[in-house]
Amino acid sequence: MFPEHFTFHVAEQVNNFVDWLLDSYAPVFDAISTGILTMLLRINEILLMVPWWLYMVIVFVVLFTATRKVVASLTLAILPLLIGAFGLWALAMESLSVVLTAVIISLLIGVPVGILMAEIDCFAVILRPILDGMQTMPSFVYLIPAMMLFGLGKVPAVLATLIYSLPPVIRLTNMGLRHVPKNIEEAALAYGATKWQLLKEVRIPLAMPSILTGVNQTTMMALAMVVVASMIGARGLGQEVLLSINRIDIGRGFEAGLSVVVMAIVIDRVTQSIAKKWEPPR
Amino acid sequence: MNKIKSINAISPVLEVKNLWKVFPKGQRSKGKKTLNIDVHDHVTISQMEKDGKVVVAVRDVSFEIYPGEIFIVMGLSGSGKSTLIRCLMRLIEVTAGTVKINGLDVTSLSKKELVKHRRYQAAMVFQHYGLLPHKTVLDNVAFGLKLRGELKEERYRKAKAAIERVGLEGWENYYPAALSGGMQQRVGIARALVMDAPVLLMDEPFSGLDPLISRQLQDELLRLQEEMKKSIMFVTHDLSEALRLGNRMAIMRKGSIVQIGTPDEIVSNPADDYVAAFVADERRTLEKTKLSLGSKLASAPASS
Repeated sequence: MFPEHFTFHVAEQVNNFVDWLLDSYAPVFDAISTGILTMLLRINEILLMVPWWLYMVIVFVVLFTATRKVVASLTLAILPLLIGAFGLWALAMESLSVVLTAVIISLLIGVPVGILMAEIDCFAVILRPILDGMQTMPSFVYLIPAMMLFGLGKVPAVLATLIYSLPPVIRLTNMGLRHVPKNIEEAALAYGATKWQLLKEVRIPLAMPSILTGVNQTTMMALAMVVVASMIGARGLGQEVLLSINRIDIGRGFEAGLSVVVMAIVIDRVTQSIAKKWEPPR
Repeated sequence: MNKIKSINAISPVLEVKNLWKVFPKGQRSKGKKTLNIDVHDHVTISQMEKDGKVVVAVRDVSFEIYPGEIFIVMGLSGSGKSTLIRCLMRLIEVTAGTVKINGLDVTSLSKKELVKHRRYQAAMVFQHYGLLPHKTVLDNVAFGLKLRGELKEERYRKAKAAIERVGLEGWENYYPAALSGGMQQRVGIARALVMDAPVLLMDEPFSGLDPLISRQLQDELLRLQEEMKKSIMFVTHDLSEALRLGNRMAIMRKGSIVQIGTPDEIVSNPADDYVAAFVADERRTLEKTKLSLGSKLASAPASS
């Protein structure tokens, strides 16, 4: 066994730290909380305003214009019908609004951070282990402080989702920018590109497929958090899953679970097909 | 010989004086790291070179390029010719020495001035084309003009003219990936021509192409040069290309220029064994053709 006198704990310090944060920065967290909540509610409103069939039309049009495959596009467009048929449409939209909010914030933070990471080497060195931590730390662990700081409900759910889904877009933005062929950068510089022009005209467009893969990954990660986030009171499909676990209602759980899967597949294909459009022609 | 004397009276467009580039060895970001070293301290440099601490890529190089001439820099791979041409644009920072284009010292420019220099004073053509895969041929050719901030109409008008000039009309809206290597390099040349810069720097532009296409583009370059009379620095490792295109040429070895002269002079009068070995084949063919076909063909490569 591990010698007992070697053990020490940081648990108390962490607790104290969270308490201190709560005491001294409560207004800040409240402001963040209201901001996110407003955004979330607005998105949810818009999602509910759009009639159900329009989603299918949109999915079909996007997929068909990108892939030109009728059957595949049609299948994916019809798939969401299942969610409605299970009577879970409104809950699915609530989950979707949490996911969308988290993804939008992820991109607003992630893309610039990814660019900085590609530009500044020492920043990349510092950031990499933090990103690893964000992805591997069991999500329940940061659900607790998120809940303490932002209360129960959707806002901590968005934040927990954010922590989990932010790393891929940062990583892939960084990777995409770093893999831009050096000879192309050199040519642009030789023609008198400034650093900003190089970024805007050459590096970001060439990194775009990678950045969009990051967006896709981020969305998938966010969806994976939907169920977990329901444990701190975010309504949506996750709540349905949680309820059926509590009641050992296998069938009901399956329906909710299947709905999450359908959402994941459709969103994945749609974002992928958008990403493909950005690839340089060959 | 007379030809050189006559152009010597005109002031050079590009003037390189005692240029040095010393790379610290084992650095990953080659060229970005500058090295503080006194290049006049020959003992220290040769010692550091021996110890494997530095690589001297360009060693005390001086030459001039006069208006309207094609100046060839020839050498084997690793002789420092690519580093040299990049130093002129400061894509690689020089260690010591000066580069003057139209009398302006490039090595002392600030960052802002450097950008301006690159936009107006010189245009470059690369061995690996360096085209932007996400832009069409038209946008690629107009790219330098866009960086300069020229208006869309204006730059497209100029780009179209340049594309026509290199014989690619009808390909404006294709992406580079749809074009063959030779065509991509035509785009590269058009992109350089459209800048209308006094100096054209070409870094082994035809080396990656198959011999036939490469020859075709050499003819094309000569034709364009006939019309435009640019001052061209052309880097190559191919002697026959050098002899076909060059008005004057410099031969590089391990970072130094070992001989500068007209192609005729260099073939008939190599300065040392290295140059002699370089041109040996050419001399043999010259002698052979002289013997078998008469003097008409014999003088052909040199007169071009």
